[in-house]
Amino acid sequence: MSYQIPKFRHPELPVNDLGYTKADYEGSISSLCAGCGHDSISGAIVMACHELSLEPHKIAKLSGIGCSSKSPTYFLGKSHGFNSVHGRMPSVVTGAAMANRDLMYLGVSGDGDTASIGMGQFAHVARRNLNMVYIVMNNGCYGLTKGQDSATADEGSASKKGDANVYSAIDLCGTALQMGATFVARSFSGDKGQLVPLIKAAMTHRGFALIDVISPCVTFNNNPGSTKSYEFVREHAEATGTVDFVPMRKEITTDYKPGFSHEVTMHDGSSIHLYKVDEELDPFNRRSAMMTLEDHRESGSILTGLIYMDRDSRDLHDVLETSQRPLNELREGDLCPGNKMLENINASLR
Amino acid sequence: MKRIESLNDFVIKFANVNGTGSASANNLFAKALFRMGLPVCPKNIFPSNIQGLPTWYEVRVSEKGYLGRRGGTDIVLSVNPQSMAQDIQDVEPGGYFIYDNTKPLDLRLLRNDVNIIGIPLTLICNEQYKDPRQRQLFKNVIYVGALAALLDMDFKVLTRLVEDQFKGKEKLVLPNIHALELGHQYARTNIECPIGIRVQSSDKVGDKILLDGNTALGLGAIYGGATVAAWYPITPSTSVVDAYEKYARRVRIDPGTGRRNYAIVQAEDELSAIGMVIGASWNGARAFTATSGPGLSLMSEFLGLAYFAEIPTVLFNVQRAGPSTGMPTRTQQSDVLSAAYASHGDTKQVLLFPSTPKECFDFGALSFDLAERLQTPIILMTDLDLGMNDNMSEPLAWDDDRVFDRGKVMTAEQLEEGVEFGRYLDVDGDAICYRTYPGTHPSKGAFFTRGTSRDEYAIYTEKGEEYEKNMLRLMRKWETIKEYVPGPEIVDCGKKADTAVLYYGTSEESSREALDYLAEEGVYLDAMRVRSFPFNQEVEDFIDQHKQVFVIEQNRDAQLRTLLMAEFELGPDKLKSVLCFDGTPISARNIRKQIKQHLSGNNVTPLHRNIVAGDTK
Repeated sequence: MSYQIPKFRHPELPVNDLGYTKADYEGSISSLCAGCGHDSISGAIVMACHELSLEPHKIAKLSGIGCSSKSPTYFLGKSHGFNSVHGRMPSVVTGAAMANRDLMYLGVSGDGDTASIGMGQFAHVARRNLNMVYIVMNNGCYGLTKGQDSATADEGSASKKGDANVYSAIDLCGTALQMGATFVARSFSGDKGQLVPLIKAAMTHRGFALIDVISPCVTFNNNPGSTKSYEFVREHAEATGTVDFVPMRKEITTDYKPGFSHEVTMHDGSSIHLYKVDEELDPFNRRSAMMTLEDHRESGSILTGLIYMDRDSRDLHDVLETSQRPLNELREGDLCPGNKMLENINASLR
Repeated sequence: MKRIESLNDFVIKFANVNGTGSASANNLFAKALFRMGLPVCPKNIFPSNIQGLPTWYEVRVSEKGYLGRRGGTDIVLSVNPQSMAQDIQDVEPGGYFIYDNTKPLDLRLLRNDVNIIGIPLTLICNEQYKDPRQRQLFKNVIYVGALAALLDMDFKVLTRLVEDQFKGKEKLVLPNIHALELGHQYARTNIECPIGIRVQSSDKVGDKILLDGNTALGLGAIYGGATVAAWYPITPSTSVVDAYEKYARRVRIDPGTGRRNYAIVQAEDELSAIGMVIGASWNGARAFTATSGPGLSLMSEFLGLAYFAEIPTVLFNVQRAGPSTGMPTRTQQSDVLSAAYASHGDTKQVLLFPSTPKECFDFGALSFDLAERLQTPIILMTDLDLGMNDNMSEPLAWDDDRVFDRGKVMTAEQLEEGVEFGRYLDVDGDAICYRTYPGTHPSKGAFFTRGTSRDEYAIYTEKGEEYEKNMLRLMRKWETIKEYVPGPEIVDCGKKADTAVLYYGTSEESSREALDYLAEEGVYLDAMRVRSFPFNQEVEDFIDQHKQVFVIEQNRDAQLRTLLMAEFELGPDKLKSVLCFDGTPISARNIRKQIKQHLSGNNVTPLHRNIVAGDTK
């Protein structure tokens, strides 16, 4: 069942440029377990969309199957949503994005949905550089079927059932980089300060933007011995830096230490400001991104923050040279060549 | 020795090696006959291979206009030693076996009831050409030239055809005409021409065209307004998207901006291809995919979603011989059941059965209207025979005043006015509900599409009564669908007949021919061609009006018969099967034989259970 959040709100909730309060971006009441990391991510999505002043109905939210994939019900209640089949969200988004390039596409998936059954579609949507934000709510286990290890569970990590995982983990950020993703980030559901600006930057990026968000499963994978527990992630996360999202025409007010900050202008004129902490990482260089990921894997720490971004990204519409007018707006006159052409074709077939 | 004598009525089979350029020469031969005003029916019988294996090209010529396979071969033109032993066996007694006698014929292969004609094709080529590729290519053209003499074809038609075919590549015209002349000259000088079988110009073609069904489907998608094509390569459906792309490049590139009013995505697999179609259709574009049996199996999961969530989906299924990889380059109508009930749970899918290229075009375009009007998958069921062979067809036509039927879509204005919106709320009583495109209205009309159960307002629910209500509405929608899908075509034999035949798709032509044979013998049968599933009332009435109905189809398990029995709750005695499933198109002689066997004897055991291998020719 879905239950709507009561409409009553504090009268002085802050409004954004469109006059919307944060409540205008919320969805139904979550039916996930209390304390689930996914709910925090939903909250971060709400905040990001509100702060970016996006029109909710111009966003389409799509998902696959699993706990993570249920979450689109819990944010953006005025957006169309699509809870598709297991592991196949990327193909549905691809078709949707081809039909209407003017909407923003937000895909939500889980580690089972992405790294196992949906691995093929995940790899190929990254490779096609579809203009979308792909958020993985990554808890290393199959929550909805009671806690089996998923393909992102670290080797040696033990879930509530107690047995340590014996297989190597799939690193979704590394995979996305390898497949040609043009925006790759990792974050933690417990770190809204980092996650919200990352989501905003991803939404402004033109092309495929992955955010792998570690999101502890409080019921099956939040125990000692698990590398996807709140405690473990808090202790082992190392951020690449901080990201500030600066909307169009607004002044940058924060002071950054010279040499460690980058300002990146996005295609809509807004900019993101990166403040690097990790001296080794050049987030505009794929090789550097891969090396840094590997270094952190070796040292047992979890690299979070923006890992890679291609500033010259060309998305699938650019590559296919599709019309600027959304394909779903084209009518008979644009599409149907008429009988005269058929007569010519007939003549050539006699 | 007896010699088959006939005018404008024969079957010739070319036995070639694939990858040697024989296809274009054989096409030239068929097209020339077509241009002489003779109905032709060319069929490519080819291996799942690129180079080196035996391939055959059969051309039926019939002044009476029979376009199906007749059965039997009057002339074999053999240039492939690999298959020669079998090829000579396939000639009808009194027929003709034409071969390359540069190497003498193995005497063990000789038949004394067949006319053997030798033409030293290799020798002629070796004398004329130095380049090995030229020797190979022109050998094919030379035998076409020789056939022109043997059959008394109008040589000018051939040379004009060569000029037309190489328009823009004039350098190739003369060498090809020269090769034709070499063959023609050799035959006229060394062989008594014409042989007993000959042709003469006629006027039986009219304004018809020669076109393959897949190209017609691609054109249907263009005219039907498809803007998104998502697909994964698979024989025999690949040329559907090839054709769509070819014509899209011609008519869908905006002359001002140079940008494309279409998007073609070659997916990573069929799972993804159908997902893209569903996503695009959900978002208000017309989209399609094309596939064959293995792809259909992979797409089943998504077809269930599209059925249950009621998302328009267009799927062109070009059937081939299954199960599994089966015979990828041979034809069958064997996906009927897996398409009709595709996906787990209670599902029923709409099927269309075109039987000509014209119908591929018409149904192809219609699919998009039906999908959006009915908000469900439309699976167009063609096959390799129709899809990849040139078929003689009525010309294609389009009504320029035609408007796409976009179905029930609630607009921003309606939402603004306060019209009630429930995605699964049946407001009109036809069980079809209104949908909204994403992005329509800032605060109204958004809903969550899902494969899980939900109520009339698309809110998730596991209440049994809500689920049941929805499933029953889908059954009522099924009744509505019957009013929209193409009805059957009924042919009354003109006599009082209590027996009839029923066929669909590519079984039509051979069935009609078989009925003529039977009528000549005093056996009269009414006929009905089913063109869609769900079956309309007319289908039920027709079956009711006859004591017994033969269901003619190209699969082992009598799949359409099973579907008819299930949907109409008929007993096994009412419907009898006439089947062919060896991978070649069903022939008229085969149908006549099976019906006669059945009429004369045991009426109790369903015929298809008695079929033994090799008995389907």
